[in-house]
Parts: sequence; C-alpha cells; structure tokens
Amino acid sequence: MLLTVQDSINWIRLTNGKVQENREYLTTLDQAIGDGDHGINMSRGFNEVMSKVHVSEYETVAEVFKDVAMTLISKVGGASGPLYGTAFLKMSTALKGNGKEVDFTSFTNAIDEGLKGIVMRGKAKEGDKTMIDVWAPVLKLLKESEEVDPEQLAVTAKVAVEATKHIKATKGRAAYLGDRSIEHIDPGAMSSYYLFEALAEVLST
Amino acid sequence: MSNVGIVLISHSPKVVEGIKDIIRQVIHNVPIELAGGTEDDEIGTSVDKIQQAINRAHNEKGVLLLFDLGSAMMNAELAVELSDYDNIKVAENVPLLEGAYVAAVESGLGKSIDEVLESAKACLDL
Repeated sequence: MLLTVQDSINWIRLTNGKVQENREYLTTLDQAIGDGDHGINMSRGFNEVMSKVHVSEYETVAEVFKDVAMTLISKVGGASGPLYGTAFLKMSTALKGNGKEVDFTSFTNAIDEGLKGIVMRGKAKEGDKTMIDVWAPVLKLLKESEEVDPEQLAVTAKVAVEATKHIKATKGRAAYLGDRSIEHIDPGAMSSYYLFEALAEVLST
Repeated sequence: MSNVGIVLISHSPKVVEGIKDIIRQVIHNVPIELAGGTEDDEIGTSVDKIQQAINRAHNEKGVLLLFDLGSAMMNAELAVELSDYDNIKVAENVPLLEGAYVAAVESGLGKSIDEVLESAKACLDL
C-alpha cells in the first residue's frame, strides 16, 4: 500500500462528505449523551479544512495532515477540535521523514502516534466510550496485517463504533450521565468511523 | 514588580466576565485576561483566544490558566504547547471561580507561579 499526497487529500475530502451528510445524525447522538455540538463542530471544522486544502499546494502527506490539524485546532470550539487536531498533528510529525508517498509501515506508525496524541489530549483510555474505542481496534488491525484489506478495515471500524453503544461513559460530558449513557453510540466514535470508512474507500480505489 | 498573570477560560464569555468582575472588586494589581467562548462568541473554547489572552497577561512572573469543562482543558494545554513562553501553567482539577479568586489574591501578594498554583489547588480547603 502507498498513500500518495492526492490519496491523503481524497481521504479528507471523503471524510468531509460523510461528516456533512451525517451532520444531523452526529448532533442527535451528541444530544443524547453530550452537549449536542458534535455535528455542527465537525461540519464547520471540515468545511474550513476543505477550503484550506483546496487552495494549497502540497509536496508531502505530512504537510496535508499539518494543515488539517491546524485548521481543526483553530476553527473547532468543542472537544473534537483539539482531539482530531492533535491526532493529525502527531500523524504529520510521524510522517515528516516521508515524501510524496507513505508506505504501509509508516502509515501504521502515524496512526499509532495519532492515537497516542488523542490519549494524551483527552486523558482517556480504551473502554471509556470515546473515539479511542474506534482508533484502537483499527490500529490493532493495521499492526497485525502486512497489507491493508480495505473491506476488513471498514468492518473493524464499524464493529468498533457499534460496540460503544454498550459501554458506560467514564470520560467527557457523557460521564456525568453514568448508566444513562449506555445504549447510545458515542458521537466521537461515530465521526472516527466516518474517517476510517473514508480511508477504506480511498485505499480500495 | 509584576505579578503572575491569570487567564480565565470558559465555554461561555459571560462566565469569565462575571468571574473577573468578582475578582476586580478586591484585586486590582494582577493581570486578568479572558478567553470565553469560541471565535464567534458561541459556547465552546478557542485556542486562538487563549493564546491571545496568554500574550496579554504574560510577564516575567508567568501566567496561570484556569478553565471550566472538558475541551477547555484540551485547548488550554494546546495553547501552552503552541506558545513560545515556558512559564505558563494549567491549573488542573481546580474549580474555575474559587481557584481564580484564590490565585488572584496570592498573585497580588507577589507570590511565584508555583505558589499561586498550589494555593489555587487548595482553594476549596479554605
């Protein structure tokens, strides 16, 4: 597998499409257990990201991810800004030594660093009912594979996001709800699913 | 002789304005800068606003950041990481109103940033 600069831009573009399409759904999920701003924040953030990426020229994948990171950090007022922003910033740093193309090992390492960034920023762990519960199984799959199977990637992310439904939240605004957070899918996990579903689509073309 | 600067970060601009009013009734010799709400003054927090507040509050004694909920802490930490200054601290597990009040009192007495932070952490024991 090779992720080119154009692939990385397509990944962001497809993610943006899913976020805009599902804006209301993300809001509904967040209204159930959070502060209800996830749909609007992700929609606004990725709109800004697309505006930035459209007018920029990129030599490396690392540069694309850096712009994604800085735009999300400065434009999103909710938790998703610093969390996704930190993830993409760490991914960008991890890929600094790479050029126009990123190989599978480097990409897996970047996802690893991105997840570490989310863990550091959110001070959460796997099983807290957060986006980590999607990122961690995806990383595990990548680490155990020698090649990306896009279909398996999408299925892994899908199973992981559905599983957040049964977890009791112990981090974020949802944690204040205790047991009442059970039976709801975590909104951050859902937007992370869109991110990896979009990645699977890019990698299968 | 300057005093430790204080930055108040909240999801709501009104919250930090109100807290500043309460502190200013008593303390006048401490820089207090506000970073409430998003860029558009909606509910949320903004790294840019926090960075600007840090720059206004900064002096050689340092700056202490106090925040309210979840993403406010994440953006506070990000602002510190992106800042060029190194004597900035984030007051974790400190209630915003009580912590800011105690921090302002201590800062006004000329205490160091570490002493101000320690007092803020113990604010509920007073």
